[in-house]
Amino acid sequence: MFGLGKKDTTVFVVVIILALCAPFILNPFPTGSSLAQFNAGYPDLMQRFVIFGIFAIGFNLLFGLTGYLSFGHAAFLGMGSYAAVWMFKLLSMNVIPAILLSMVVAGLFAVVIGYVSLRRSGIYFSILTLAFAQMSYNLAYSVLTPITNGETGLQITLDDPRILGSSATADGSIPVTNLFGLEMRHFTTVDVAGWSFNFSVGYYLCAVIMILAFYVAVRIFRSPFGMMLRAIKSNQQRLYYTGLNARPYTLAVFVISGMYAGLAGGLMASMDPLAGPERMQWTASGEVVLMTILGGAGTLIGPVLGAGFIKYFENIFSKINDSVLHGWFAFLPDGLENFVIAILHPFVGKGWHLTLGLMFMLVVIFLPGGLVEGGQRISRALRRDKPEDNGAASKASHEPAE
Amino acid sequence: MDAIILQILNGLDKGSAYALIALGLTLIFGTLGVVNFAHGALFMIGAFCAVTLNRILTLSHQVVDESRKDFLGNPLKVDVPYVNDWFGEAAGATIIDWAVPLAILFSIPVMIAIGVIMERGLIKHFYRRPHADQILVTFGLAIVLQEIIKYFYGANPIPTPAPDVFRGSFDFGVLLGFDPNVIIYPYWRLVYFAFAALIIGGVFAFLQFTTFGMVVRAGMADRETVGLLGINIDRRFTIMFGLAAAVAGLAGVMYAPINSPNYHMGMDFLVLSFVVVVVGGMGSLPGAVLAGFVLGVLESFASMNEIKSILPGIDQIIIYLVAIIILLTRPRGLMGRKGVMED
Repeated sequence: MFGLGKKDTTVFVVVIILALCAPFILNPFPTGSSLAQFNAGYPDLMQRFVIFGIFAIGFNLLFGLTGYLSFGHAAFLGMGSYAAVWMFKLLSMNVIPAILLSMVVAGLFAVVIGYVSLRRSGIYFSILTLAFAQMSYNLAYSVLTPITNGETGLQITLDDPRILGSSATADGSIPVTNLFGLEMRHFTTVDVAGWSFNFSVGYYLCAVIMILAFYVAVRIFRSPFGMMLRAIKSNQQRLYYTGLNARPYTLAVFVISGMYAGLAGGLMASMDPLAGPERMQWTASGEVVLMTILGGAGTLIGPVLGAGFIKYFENIFSKINDSVLHGWFAFLPDGLENFVIAILHPFVGKGWHLTLGLMFMLVVIFLPGGLVEGGQRISRALRRDKPEDNGAASKASHEPAE
Repeated sequence: MDAIILQILNGLDKGSAYALIALGLTLIFGTLGVVNFAHGALFMIGAFCAVTLNRILTLSHQVVDESRKDFLGNPLKVDVPYVNDWFGEAAGATIIDWAVPLAILFSIPVMIAIGVIMERGLIKHFYRRPHADQILVTFGLAIVLQEIIKYFYGANPIPTPAPDVFRGSFDFGVLLGFDPNVIIYPYWRLVYFAFAALIIGGVFAFLQFTTFGMVVRAGMADRETVGLLGINIDRRFTIMFGLAAAVAGLAGVMYAPINSPNYHMGMDFLVLSFVVVVVGGMGSLPGAVLAGFVLGVLESFASMNEIKSILPGIDQIIIYLVAIIILLTRPRGLMGRKGVMED
């Protein structure tokens, strides 16, 4: 289907179903039940899932296929956000031009940064991208304040020109981002026997774009171009000896990956028209690295899973506090209850980053293929008694391209 | 002229910190071939060694002081540190005052222990994995260490004062024949620079003039041959890892009075230190030290108003800019050896 192989079609259909049914899947507990706090089906969080999914898919194209570890990818996301907000300020509140411009801007910067950084590889490439990202961050914070509005962040105001739109709505408030009149923040809530599901315009726009982005990524993975990138990862030297110059390929994928980041930044600004320099900080770049590795670098669905996983736990874990823990462990005798809670306390609530760091370390140490490899190992262990060669085939197609 | 000297002096203390961290990073990279992203965290833990010792020394119990009354007329309860009980009031106060220098002694065993545990427990398993994996696992470790410190000490910076003797500033200009109060420089920064020079000298002397150092240098040049000669090079490299951790820790301890320690100071320094290492040349110890000082001084020059008015924002990006230029024009850094990670 759509020029995809049988296996890829399955994965693609799974992604489509996950993305389109997310309001149901992420709301498994009835509203008002004690587990309702684990529901993630509200628009804001779902939007973040798919936006960071796009970001991670793009990062994975670079890191997963070529092995070039960029530690400055968040810079492109930040630039995309700024570009989109400027489009809202100057042109109109329609999201389409904003998203297009954010991709173009991020792509242009990626051409420049990539052209310079890709002259080196390995750790030097990481340091160079890191240096460029930190430079962008520092400049956005200080000298470029007229463009970026410094620490406050760039916002839309009432006196922006907005040539094709209006500076203010009829009742004098700031207009909201829309898609040809369809407001991004608009959502309908459907109540079904205790459950309430939110269907938000903004989320579905992001989800459709993510499905498109995923489709493009699959096509790149399976194309001769993608094969070339894997060749660069496995042995660049040998590629040179066969008379091929690797740099145009790496630059191309760097730019594509930067445009994915810009797209994510543009979407982020479309959902909430605001852009700040902290989006470009190197910890933000570190986050997308975490997502990709945790999900499984070099796999198709891994980055999406990783992004969803991290964003879900970031929101849900940090909401668990001591009283919630007391509620859970109330069945234990008092002393034991307090002991268990004392053990768990550092890992939940504000300590969520500790859990994340530990989880990440465990994944890098024991599961270099990330969650996807974990899933494969489990399924292989379950099917071990059945002698079939299907397992080997799926392994070949999903294994990170080393 | 005076402004230039002042900027050089200002650059030296930051440069010292860069140089010390970069030295440790290079020791680890040169011996074990591991890119350690957790090195900034070690620096941070060093600074928190100073905080911890400060807290231990000021542990106190309440004593009812009959001679003083609070505003209700009740006898006043005074906190008396235990050290005052043990050593007398004057000596106790001095000990508390000198908590940061004393933390040097406290931090060395702690840091060496942390370093050795880290190497044996984690890094050892990553020698054969690609550099990207090493970066990732140490990055994870850095997050974990940072969060542990945050859990115990909170997110706010903790002021850790230097001894009273070093408070105040030194009028450096008078020595050179300038007017008073033109070039003044805090004493503690002078101490920091001297301390850094001492540590750097010590590490170099250790590597240059001891048998142990000779073996380590031989191992850096050709690990396999040294191993074939029947020397347990792995154990020595483990010790070097502990030493590198101690260097980072000491840099942190002494830096505590300059910048109140907070849990993310390590990450802030780490990025810059990596840039320093790369500029100096991966695996080159003198390169790391030189680049540390050069970049520190350049950074403080760039923050001069005269320069900022010509090139606005240059102070924010100068280090990265220099690093990019060096990396592109001289792939192995200022003093890197030929053939060490030149790709």
